[in-house]
Amino acid sequence: MTDFDKELDCSGLNCPMPILKTKKMIDTMNPGEILRMISTDPGSCSDVNAWANRTGNELLSTSEDGGNFIFLLKKKG
Amino acid sequence: MAEETKKMAIIASKGTLDWAYPPFILASTAAAMDMEVKIFFTFYGLPLLKKKMKASVSPLGNPTMPMKMPFGPKFFQAIDWPIPNLVSSNVPGFETVATGLMKKTFKKKGVATVEELRDMCLEFDVELIGCQMTMDVFGFKKEDFIDGVNVGGAATFLEFAADADIQLFI
Repeated sequence: MTDFDKELDCSGLNCPMPILKTKKMIDTMNPGEILRMISTDPGSCSDVNAWANRTGNELLSTSEDGGNFIFLLKKKG
Repeated sequence: MAEETKKMAIIASKGTLDWAYPPFILASTAAAMDMEVKIFFTFYGLPLLKKKMKASVSPLGNPTMPMKMPFGPKFFQAIDWPIPNLVSSNVPGFETVATGLMKKTFKKKGVATVEELRDMCLEFDVELIGCQMTMDVFGFKKEDFIDGVNVGGAATFLEFAADADIQLFI
């Protein structure tokens, strides 16, 4: 299991809340730190990728675990 | 990755619940994507800035609006009730019922309320501009609006929109 610095559970939330909460959380973190975000919204897969591309934060991995989508994001440094 | 800050300019001209969502969803998300965003609220969009927002959804002239129930078993919730538009839009109180049902469905599906999204916009420094002319016409005062709203006219919007990468009329 990959190490992470912060964790954010967006289970049950629909578009665009997972993205908005991810942004808020990333803003509180230091460059290079890793955020583990969990979402149940299937739209998140495309959206988190798009958000990361646009903002320059790095999407390290995406995985699915029984309806939960787990994203590892590294804050741009 | 963005080299320079992208800008988005939105005109919000409609005030029903269904039309209240797109400007606030797009504005908050764009701001979360490090864009600079301004929304100009005009005509029926202006009441979306009021402290107590009363956006409702109307079946009147809205024949494609799905009528679904937010409670009961899955098959029941999946039914799109075939209520003729001519009937639904004429029954007194139907609008209140339809609005209540839609808000409940949104909540069940984990969709934020319009008020929550509006708060997110303010938190992410989206500039909300009320149309001065519409305020005069409808008799709104700046005190009727939430804190942080600026007031301006067509030129105020266009000055920003001229250099915006995305311009939307909603």
